Amino acid sequence: MLKSAKTSRLLASPYLAWAFIFILVPLGMILYYGLTDDAGAFTLQNITYIAKPAYFKSLLLALELGVISTVICFLLAYPLGMILAGMKLGRHEFILTLFILPMWMNFLLRTLTWMTLLERKGVLNDILGLLHLPPVYIINTPAAIVIGMVYNFLPFMILPIYNSLSKIDDNVINAARDLGADPLQTFLRVTLPLSVPGIISGITMVFIPALTTFAISAMLGGSKVLLIGNVIEQEFTVAYDWHLGSGMSIILMLFILINMVISSVSDRKEAG
Amino acid sequence: MKRLLSVFLITLGCTAIILSGCGSSSGSAAGKNGKLYVYNWGEYIDPDVITSFEKETGIKVIYDMFESNEIMYAKIAQDDSAYDVICPSDYMIQKLIESGLVQKLDYSKLPNATANIGKDYWTKSQQFDAGNLYSVPYCWGTVGILYNKTMVSDPVDSWNILWNSKYKGEILMQDSVRDAYMVALKKDGYSCNTTDKAQLEQATQDLIAQKPLVQAYVIDQVRDKMIGGEAALGVIYSGEAIYTKRENPDLEYVIPKEGTNIWIDSWVITKDSKNKENALKWINYMCRDDIALKNFDYITYSTPNVKAQAEITDDDIRNSKVAFPDLNSIKTEAYSNLGEAGDRMYNDYWMQVKSAD
Repeated sequence: MLKSAKTSRLLASPYLAWAFIFILVPLGMILYYGLTDDAGAFTLQNITYIAKPAYFKSLLLALELGVISTVICFLLAYPLGMILAGMKLGRHEFILTLFILPMWMNFLLRTLTWMTLLERKGVLNDILGLLHLPPVYIINTPAAIVIGMVYNFLPFMILPIYNSLSKIDDNVINAARDLGADPLQTFLRVTLPLSVPGIISGITMVFIPALTTFAISAMLGGSKVLLIGNVIEQEFTVAYDWHLGSGMSIILMLFILINMVISSVSDRKEAG
Repeated sequence: MKRLLSVFLITLGCTAIILSGCGSSSGSAAGKNGKLYVYNWGEYIDPDVITSFEKETGIKVIYDMFESNEIMYAKIAQDDSAYDVICPSDYMIQKLIESGLVQKLDYSKLPNATANIGKDYWTKSQQFDAGNLYSVPYCWGTVGILYNKTMVSDPVDSWNILWNSKYKGEILMQDSVRDAYMVALKKDGYSCNTTDKAQLEQATQDLIAQKPLVQAYVIDQVRDKMIGGEAALGVIYSGEAIYTKRENPDLEYVIPKEGTNIWIDSWVITKDSKNKENALKWINYMCRDDIALKNFDYITYSTPNVKAQAEITDDDIRNSKVAFPDLNSIKTEAYSNLGEAGDRMYNDYWMQVKSAD
């Protein structure tokens, strides 16, 4: 018994070392830099900087675009999840693969492609021109960023929703029908509640990367739309102010933490 | 873009280091005369020059690139021994000197530099490197407006055209604090090194007013977007003018009458360089006239190497007012280091511009 505990500890050590070096140490560094000034003295100044209009606005905008993208992802993913779950084995795997396939390519490359599609003289406007329709200027607007986020993060919403939907026992649905529920009632009172864990993890997996992104907003926003992720990136690279960058990161982490707490609470509710 | 790519590559690199730790650790292939870590701007050298340097000297070159002075500084301030020789711009060289991150050069090992680099450029360098102790000029140029003759009907001779609402959505601005503010400050007739609050406030309001007209804030992409006809007007470095005109004859480069920034990118050796002798050999090699000429043909950024300038075969380019403007006929001002408080002030104002609608 003792021996096996020792072995398992030994086996776990690489993971512990990994967690320590790549999770705990960086987190500690962010907290240290975020709460100190150049002289190393404790300060909250890096945190309160968020109250400056320019910084606060970037946080609000990031939250707004994150929520919009998450909602769109959900609205697209849920019906698809239901269709897939209702399909025969084999076919749904094929369609699922189609959705995951683009993820095999580099994320930056795929976002770069959206630039070419949406550009003023891009593919989209070429097609509109052929149809004698007026061109649309989507690139470098918040809308372009939302498109990029939905495109990149949709699979993270589809997979958990599909998983939880496919786990629902057919007999539960049949029982509801037997007891006289119509399709809408069955959906609202049986299917939807049972798929909540999938929805929650889908929301978390889409909302957090959407909130923190700086690559998509820089590329599809033409650096005209400033999100909190861009602010942090600028502080670290351009302004070389690690203290302020870390302070902003702490604020962002708070929002992520809130999201995680909400999801874990609702998870526990499900379990109970 | 390159910034993102480099993050990706660093991640890959870290993985590779971890993996190689498991295998043989003696695998690093040094040349017979050691190694040299070079840190330079992206697309700022003819790759053949690196190869020929390696062949002639037996030194293995490890070559990395950066996209902006600020990104370079962030890395060097972390660990300056990571690179031996770097190529920052004027104001950043001043900052590196003030931070004690670079070392004085032994000119007895740099005969090509003293012989071939023009006197004017040494004089200009004094502004950021008094006494020319730390840096050897590599490239220089101006910042100006590149415009597409088929898309712009008005005469282009002033920064004001970048505020003309006729070109809404057709303007590309530089996505860098100093260059963006230089445009606005020069337009209003101020110094591009000002730390005067009222002047910076005015420049900020101007940049915010300009924002709806701007298609995008970009750095390297100005070149490709202008060649592709994506935009009518773009703020760009003079070194790109020859290249872009070669690719798209409709493009024309102009130095606005209000004056502009003149910049010099120079080689410096880091304070804790582990391969100082090799770094000196590198700088000396870059100053050889045939090498400077080869480089100029490739990157088209003006060379301060007067011997190489005289050897340019294409008359149009050798006498080009774009590549080699008469410095007495245009108003130019170099950037100087603003100090920490100044940098913070510019950055806060810049954030206001970037977050404006």
